Amino acid sequence: MVVAKKHGPRGPLAPGTPAPDFTLHSTPDQTVALRELRGRPVILAFYPADWSPVCGDQMSLYNEVLPEFQRYNAELVGISVDGAWCHAAFAGARKLHFPLLADFEPKGAVARSYGAFRDHDGFCERALFVLDKGGIIRWSYVSPVGVNPGADGILRALDALGPDGRPA
Amino acid sequence: MSKRDSAVTLALPVSERDHAQGPADAAVTLVEYGDFECPYCGRAYPIVKQLQQRLGRRLRFVFRNFPLKEIHPHAEHAAEAAEAAAAQDKFWEMHDRLFERQFALEDSSLAEYAAELGLDAERFARDLAQGAHVPRVREDFRSGVSSGVNGTPTFFINGVRHDASYDAETLLAALERAAKQR
Repeated sequence: MVVAKKHGPRGPLAPGTPAPDFTLHSTPDQTVALRELRGRPVILAFYPADWSPVCGDQMSLYNEVLPEFQRYNAELVGISVDGAWCHAAFAGARKLHFPLLADFEPKGAVARSYGAFRDHDGFCERALFVLDKGGIIRWSYVSPVGVNPGADGILRALDALGPDGRPA
Repeated sequence: MSKRDSAVTLALPVSERDHAQGPADAAVTLVEYGDFECPYCGRAYPIVKQLQQRLGRRLRFVFRNFPLKEIHPHAEHAAEAAEAAAAQDKFWEMHDRLFERQFALEDSSLAEYAAELGLDAERFARDLAQGAHVPRVREDFRSGVSSGVNGTPTFFINGVRHDASYDAETLLAALERAAKQR
């Protein structure tokens, strides 16, 4: 089992770190900036690629679990290096109700800034970050790339934020 | 910060609330989180039957609902139908029927199965129409999410998530190993 590193340039950004801001395309003609999501908890789910051929792939699972995330007033975004048109087709096919962001140009730049890029593969890690409403990373986790990490860690991290999205 | 320093385990232990086949004191308990409309669960269905035959009274099998209703439009009602059948003591009969007729899960088909299984048709229809078993299905789903269910089917062996393949040989070997560890 690959265990996420807490520190160092090769691991994901650690809890307590301010989440680096970014602006990425959510559709071919719309963008989302992280700073626009301030004021509520944010879940960043980096993942390798659209179109993994199973039911209950990571993004489809999160789509099913969305009502649970919404109980915490949390905003979920998926991020991969796929382009906006690819995301649009994938989100449409899976009926996703949350945005997929295209870390497409320069490729993987946002993932790199979070310590969540696989240089040798050229795509994102399966890396999860939970941000409090002030934009501080409160939890991060990298799953082995072939293993869907599920949503239990995210829910526990949201729970730990307390009622107003900051740790009590 | 890793949440997975140890194995992923069932957040909601198996109890009297569950639908179970096999003795409560069986050497090994297999829990499946499944979706009646999921083709992979459909493939796992005869595998579980095979394991039950092979292990007999040494195995307890528990099924919990994990309907992926965004991608499977009939999954939620199918899960509620199984629970409605459970309310009339026919959970396993309906569970089997749904997997065997996975290609026909519309409400009209669910009603047919209820009739074929000798259920009180009015009560069954009322339960579905009123969403009487929605809370139970939701409770199953939430317990799965909290337990690290990451797709369907997800299996737990004596409370620990089984991450390897779920072909009969692999599952059987894992069940035998767990039975010996007890």
